[in-house]
Amino acid sequence: MALDPTGKRIFKVVGTRPPRPDGIDKVTGRALYGADVSAPGMLVGRILRSPHPHATIVAIDTSAALALAGVKAVVTAADFAPQTDPTLRDIQDNCMARGTVLYDGHAVAAVAATTAAIARAALKLIKVTYAPLPHVTDVDAAMRADAPVVQAGRALESVPAGMPDNVTHRCEFGHGDLDAAFGGADLIVARSFTTAATHQGYIEPHACLASMTGDGKGDLWCCTQGQFNVRTICAALLGIEASQLRVTASEIGGGFGGKTNVFIEPVALALARKSGRPVKIVMARDEVFRATGPTVSSSIDVKIGMTKSGRITAAEADLRYSGGAFPCLTIEMGAQAAFAAYDLAAVRTIGWNVLTNRPKEAAYRAPGAPQAIYAVESVIDEACQKLGLDPLEVRLINAAKKGTKSSYGPTFDDIGLLATLNAAKAHPHYRAPLGPHQGRGLSAGFWFNFGGNTCVSLNVNTDGTVGVTEGNPDIGGSRAAISQMAAEELGIPYAQVRTMIADTASLGYNDVTDGSRVTFAVGLATIKAAQDATRKMCARAARIWGIDPEAVEWVDGAAVPAGPNAGKFPPLTLAEIAAVSFQTGGPIAGHHEFNADGAGVSFGVHLCDVEVDPETGATKVLRYTVFQDAGRAVHPAYVEGQMQGGAVQGIGWALNEEYIYGPDGRLQNAGFLDYRVPVASDLPMIEAVILEIPNPGHPYGVRGVGETPIVPPLAAVSNAVSRAIGVRMNRLPMSPPRVLAALGAKG
Amino acid sequence: MKTIHVATTVNGDAVEFICAPEESLLDVLRNRLGLTGAKEGCGSGDCGACSITLDGRLVCSCLVLAAEAEGAEIGTIEGLAIGDALHPLQQAFIDHAALQCGICTPGILVAAKALLERNPDPTDTEIRYWLAGNLCRCTGYDKIIRAVQDAAKKMRAA
Amino acid sequence: MVTVTIWGNLRAYTDGRATLEVEAASFKQLLDRLALDYPGLRPQIARGVSLALDGRIYREAWFTPIKPDSEVVLMPYMAGG
Repeated sequence: MALDPTGKRIFKVVGTRPPRPDGIDKVTGRALYGADVSAPGMLVGRILRSPHPHATIVAIDTSAALALAGVKAVVTAADFAPQTDPTLRDIQDNCMARGTVLYDGHAVAAVAATTAAIARAALKLIKVTYAPLPHVTDVDAAMRADAPVVQAGRALESVPAGMPDNVTHRCEFGHGDLDAAFGGADLIVARSFTTAATHQGYIEPHACLASMTGDGKGDLWCCTQGQFNVRTICAALLGIEASQLRVTASEIGGGFGGKTNVFIEPVALALARKSGRPVKIVMARDEVFRATGPTVSSSIDVKIGMTKSGRITAAEADLRYSGGAFPCLTIEMGAQAAFAAYDLAAVRTIGWNVLTNRPKEAAYRAPGAPQAIYAVESVIDEACQKLGLDPLEVRLINAAKKGTKSSYGPTFDDIGLLATLNAAKAHPHYRAPLGPHQGRGLSAGFWFNFGGNTCVSLNVNTDGTVGVTEGNPDIGGSRAAISQMAAEELGIPYAQVRTMIADTASLGYNDVTDGSRVTFAVGLATIKAAQDATRKMCARAARIWGIDPEAVEWVDGAAVPAGPNAGKFPPLTLAEIAAVSFQTGGPIAGHHEFNADGAGVSFGVHLCDVEVDPETGATKVLRYTVFQDAGRAVHPAYVEGQMQGGAVQGIGWALNEEYIYGPDGRLQNAGFLDYRVPVASDLPMIEAVILEIPNPGHPYGVRGVGETPIVPPLAAVSNAVSRAIGVRMNRLPMSPPRVLAALGAKG
Repeated sequence: MKTIHVATTVNGDAVEFICAPEESLLDVLRNRLGLTGAKEGCGSGDCGACSITLDGRLVCSCLVLAAEAEGAEIGTIEGLAIGDALHPLQQAFIDHAALQCGICTPGILVAAKALLERNPDPTDTEIRYWLAGNLCRCTGYDKIIRAVQDAAKKMRAA
Repeated sequence: MVTVTIWGNLRAYTDGRATLEVEAASFKQLLDRLALDYPGLRPQIARGVSLALDGRIYREAWFTPIKPDSEVVLMPYMAGG
């Protein structure tokens, strides 16, 4: 079957909306998530956490805890062999503090006991002697020469000599002559912005069940976005061979990037090894906020030069990110993404990472991009207002397209930015009238997407059904999309395909479910595995017919003679070939293993209407439309779901969500009451408009879509609020007190 | 350790269990009765993932002491389907792709069912305010509202 | 000979040059050559670089062939969520 990314192929299954295979399990409560399993003899594990944002651990006395009846094991950093690789060492030190605690909530010790009540009591019996140290939680404060040092000696070679210890990285991107280009502008706008750290806010806390035998074999059940990554890290931290650890991914109750790491899993394994019994650890909600991976916090300066007619002549940004107490490279993604939507002759971004006494950053959808693009899109909007120009027209004038040299280096191939901008321009939302205290904002947004290491195995069962075994946890409905692509390529009904997710012992390595990679890379591997299987089935048909295998091709779910000279044989369907597979050579399967490249970037444009109450400063989102290029929407309902879900996360980020630290360096809002995510009554319907500019790197044209939707909302909402109240907002979130303060300052 | 013996009804079945005085009903459902459909998302009544009905009233089971279940009728997600026949709400959620990760889905279904029993023809706004105590981080709520409306329509016609 | 564009902060190790002429026919040969000729680039290469070849990004594929007239742009190794 010819692979046709140009869009001319007529799809039968791809593009439809079949029910997802795990749907019944999930609506009946039967599906098993991280905390839903138990094992005989299981112990309950709990973790003791630092109340200090920064302190030396002088001593830990676990004797009283160990003596408590029902306590079977206690572990500290002493139970983990030190790591030489800095990345693994940071992960290990984050899972269990070694010598120093670096943030409020940092794990210090852990116990395993026969009941949860005994485990909690045991934690109280562990005596930790701390010597508190000065702390710093603000990114700009942490960059000053007199700032408390979070960790010394962690700067990469990229940091100029003489910078304070907390600065661990400096990066720079761009091209062109900025001075000359600014000289050519009619208007220059320079603004500074700050964004607070936010959390992915998945409703399922981290949970795992670990068991280990004395000879180094381990079994781990956990909610994760990547069971193979968990295996690699845990095996290293526990000092065992990866092949001896089997990790099974449970159903996952949300991840968004926050479950691509380990936090409790090595601890549970260490407790299981020490106690000789299975150990279950489930994080409490406050632990999730304090001690998993929020986003970076940021402080950003943007300067843009624009002509009277709306052409951006020059663009520059200085971005300061803090990924918490451990070095973090997310700044590189932000600094590259900042101006990615635009065709610029002169552009430069400089990015910094700075250590603070906060938890270790983890990805949240498109890591680093929302903050940077928020700042850039806000300045462009301000320039449009000052020059009296239509913000959408200005985006169209400056949009990157095929052949544009991107701000981060490569030249773009086919991309969907112009299509999404034009779709927004044509949409009735853009022309709908606005009332008093109402404003409309828009933002473009972008994410790179990637492919990655992927293995798929496709087995043809004798009853004519097909089992697809893949290795990526389903966080958005991907099992359905994978089944659709297998059904499409094989030419059989969707209902005959079963897609399941394998544990680490049952399949080759798969990169984590991130980078919006699954529909693209696992889909591509599935298509190739299906083609592998159809080649084998054609060979079986050839033997049955007594003709050359080259003379058989696969059409509409059956082997057929290729051309009139091959012979007159009625088609042999997949089911018919499968039924005699044992007699014709044995079970039939196809497979594919590769490191996928060629993922296409995904552009999006969001339109947002808000109404701001001048008395309370509260913002109501009245109307929200998401336009995004999906390349090819395999299951349109799940593509819409990504667009809507990401948009709402971005709305929360813009209006209410933030990590609040007091002067004592402790997180003040470690729960859903005060870390306020959007609820159903906050929102209107979110209209999702899918565009399809096929990605040349995928046989069906698929582009990843999961991450881009979180990028535009920050500026779309901020631009809407700024226009509604007549004051440019430059700090997120725009919670009611901040909006009132802006209104008050305006007078 | 003092324990309490509780006799109650769960999804129409007589059930007995022993619990500690401070144990929540959520803990008992999940850890003693094997009913893991209700989820602990926060333990403080802010997320709604543990939603059940207690004598017909929608509650967060993390905020109910297990001992309070004595003599009461508990309804959990496991009681929505009858045999292999899904409740119209469950079917509507599948049809409308109103779930992604699915962790909030049991709580939202129990809450939506409680709404439709009181108000069989709610407006979108009424649905949104009723479900304001059920957090969903994946869907943005759009398809959930559509699914509830579709189920309500089918239930009114039945 | 291929022309390679490197990003801003790496130019400190190439006497300020943004584009380099390198003898290489594959991604791995390119990285090996750069590490040899520009020792200051070694830490970054060890941490990871991705390659954008005629607009298409390859995260870490050693044997990706590079033609003399290809657009070759180095990028930091990409991470997502």
